Amino acid sequence: MVFRTRRLAGASVAALAATALVAGCATGSGSGSSGADGDTLTLWTHNAGNSAELDVVKKIIKDFNGSQSTYEVKLQAFPQSDYNNSVVAAASARKLPCLLDVDGPNVANWAWGGYLAPIDVSGAEVPLSDQLPSTVGRYKDKVYGFGFYDVSLAFFARKSVLNDNGIRIPSIDKPWTKDEFDAALAKLKKSGKFQYPLEMGTGGSGEWWSYAYSPQLQGFGGDLIDRDGYKSASGTLDGEKSVEWATWFRSLVSKGYMAKKSGADPNKDFLAGKSAIQWDGSWNAAKNAEKLGDDLAIIPPVDFGDGPKIGGASWQWAMSSSCSNKDGAQAWLKFSRQTKYFVDYAKATGTLPGTEAAAKQVDGYQPGGKFSELVEYARKFAVVRPVTPAYPYISTEFEKAAQDVLAGADPKTALGQAAKDIDNNLRTNDNYAG
Amino acid sequence: MTTMIAALGRLRPVRRTRTTNARRREGLTALGMATPAVVLLIVFLVVPVALAFALAFTDARLISPTPARFVGLRNFTRLFEDPVFYKSLRNTAYFAAVVVPLQAGLALVLALLVNAKVRGVNFFRTVYFLPVVTSMVVVSLLWTFLYRQDGLVNRVLSALTLGHVDGPDWLGDPATAMPAVILMSVWQGVGFHMIIWLAGLQTIPAELYEAADLDGATRWHRFRHVTWPGLRETRTFVLVTITIAAFSLFTQIRVMTQGGPLDSTTTVVHQAVHTGYDQQQTAYASAISLVFFVLVLAVSLVQRFLTREKD
Repeated sequence: MVFRTRRLAGASVAALAATALVAGCATGSGSGSSGADGDTLTLWTHNAGNSAELDVVKKIIKDFNGSQSTYEVKLQAFPQSDYNNSVVAAASARKLPCLLDVDGPNVANWAWGGYLAPIDVSGAEVPLSDQLPSTVGRYKDKVYGFGFYDVSLAFFARKSVLNDNGIRIPSIDKPWTKDEFDAALAKLKKSGKFQYPLEMGTGGSGEWWSYAYSPQLQGFGGDLIDRDGYKSASGTLDGEKSVEWATWFRSLVSKGYMAKKSGADPNKDFLAGKSAIQWDGSWNAAKNAEKLGDDLAIIPPVDFGDGPKIGGASWQWAMSSSCSNKDGAQAWLKFSRQTKYFVDYAKATGTLPGTEAAAKQVDGYQPGGKFSELVEYARKFAVVRPVTPAYPYISTEFEKAAQDVLAGADPKTALGQAAKDIDNNLRTNDNYAG
Repeated sequence: MTTMIAALGRLRPVRRTRTTNARRREGLTALGMATPAVVLLIVFLVVPVALAFALAFTDARLISPTPARFVGLRNFTRLFEDPVFYKSLRNTAYFAAVVVPLQAGLALVLALLVNAKVRGVNFFRTVYFLPVVTSMVVVSLLWTFLYRQDGLVNRVLSALTLGHVDGPDWLGDPATAMPAVILMSVWQGVGFHMIIWLAGLQTIPAELYEAADLDGATRWHRFRHVTWPGLRETRTFVLVTITIAAFSLFTQIRVMTQGGPLDSTTTVVHQAVHTGYDQQQTAYASAISLVFFVLVLAVSLVQRFLTREKD
């Protein structure tokens, strides 16, 4: 009897604990907390795995907390791969932090979804107008975020290899034309020294495909979507110019210029001499310069007819719309906009400083410096990815179409299907009105 | 006789209260025991399934400023016009049709081998079981490297054929991608079902084999008339579990091919996750899941019918 009662009690305790746990989760998500506990504000960043950049964030927070006594900012860092999912989950549970960072192309989607509130940073040390345009996140004429840096794409090559094969080293004023580029690849292939002379990171996945290859599509005169109103992709993504791009893209593989799927570390392969020309981000510029020294050629994007293009916008800082202490959040955002922090970010991450004043203080990026051309690319050639809430969807469709093209699908059919899917998505979402 | 009945009559109410009390107490205990599991099941299984059913008829999105609206059968009409969905169905069916017999058969062969009473048999049991306890994500990542154009598989092929065979880029070629995934999946899963078969084999009484030996049965006859009928229940279990696992093919695809190349490896579950999370179309993904649920239910019912107890 006693034994039984004890067993029953034990079971009940276990049951109660489980119920309490579940109920706890339920009430936790329902309470609609707002990212701030009085004057203590929570800040989320995607930098948990990137200690160099995280240290800068920590430094700004420490300086801010020390500079005044009203507000206190508390940091929570996430690994990049889980960051977007965490934000989406937190938003559904109305538990967004006051301050968070957001990848540039997602700004429109999150602003439309009601995650972000417009910010006002007037009166800060660095005005928004001083920044590279691609580092300011705008949606419907309102500013939702700003970044301290941008990245740019470029071709990297060895000067010696290009000279040996009689290939002109292009400059920012006179980039390669499409014919010149194709001829150069043909020569390099013929030299027999490279199985695949061109390395464009085709083994990557996710946003890399849109970031790296949609500027080339735009260079041909195509685009991901008709930017007039962002209401249709048909006729643009599967238009004549876009199909021309896709046909050329496929020819790189069929002619043996580029691997259908590159290795796990494309930059390592380039530095090891496996490929002659690498299409890569500015983040590897310093490493390449260190390994190759003066032999490194930083080459502007190819002019495929519509001028050289690269993608714009990297991570930016924003404020959540559910933030209960918007004054505090704005104060932090304003405080962070100091030239010294722009410098710190660029130095820590090897990226392009967001302002000219900062660029002057970063080794290699000052005017005439060995990487200053990369900043010029970002200034002159950057095309921001379509500023529409539909962008995440468009990006996945483009990635799939481009992968299918490389795998041998008919360019017109693959792009046509993507355009049709995008239009369908726009239609069922009322063109993302609201 | 009368006194006895009278005595029983006097006794009965007492005994009844005693049993009802005991019953009630037992019932409470059972309830207490079951509650944690039931609560968890409701929260993490019943509610999500019900939600998926309801969401399939709305325009719910992962990120959206407006609440979900009822849109009737729109998601389903779109689904039945979606060429990728048919490819997903075809690939899932292909995978299941090959994996179920292959994995079950191979597992049975391995089980018969490691059931032999020879020295070192535990070593082989462990070796065959090792892939099962390794995470599928890890296994998939490793095999992705093995399957590369310059990977180990092609190197071995080349060495064995003295350089005459130059293997393909297994996961990059639409013709070989799915067979490559199948091979790896069978390799990873076969150990688990080997253990199940082995458990079944060891429930068959040794006397039956002795009797068969006395009757002069051949090895084949022993298998056909003793082992095979003895594995009846095990067979159903193995069949059902492999079928379910085969239908829910996802991890390998997510890690190794993301559905490519040219949709040659996309599966229904992969498509549901891709559209639901990567493309933020919660409602459409729910519709896919709902159709998938109906299909799996149908297959399970057919299997149940085929493996029912025949009197």
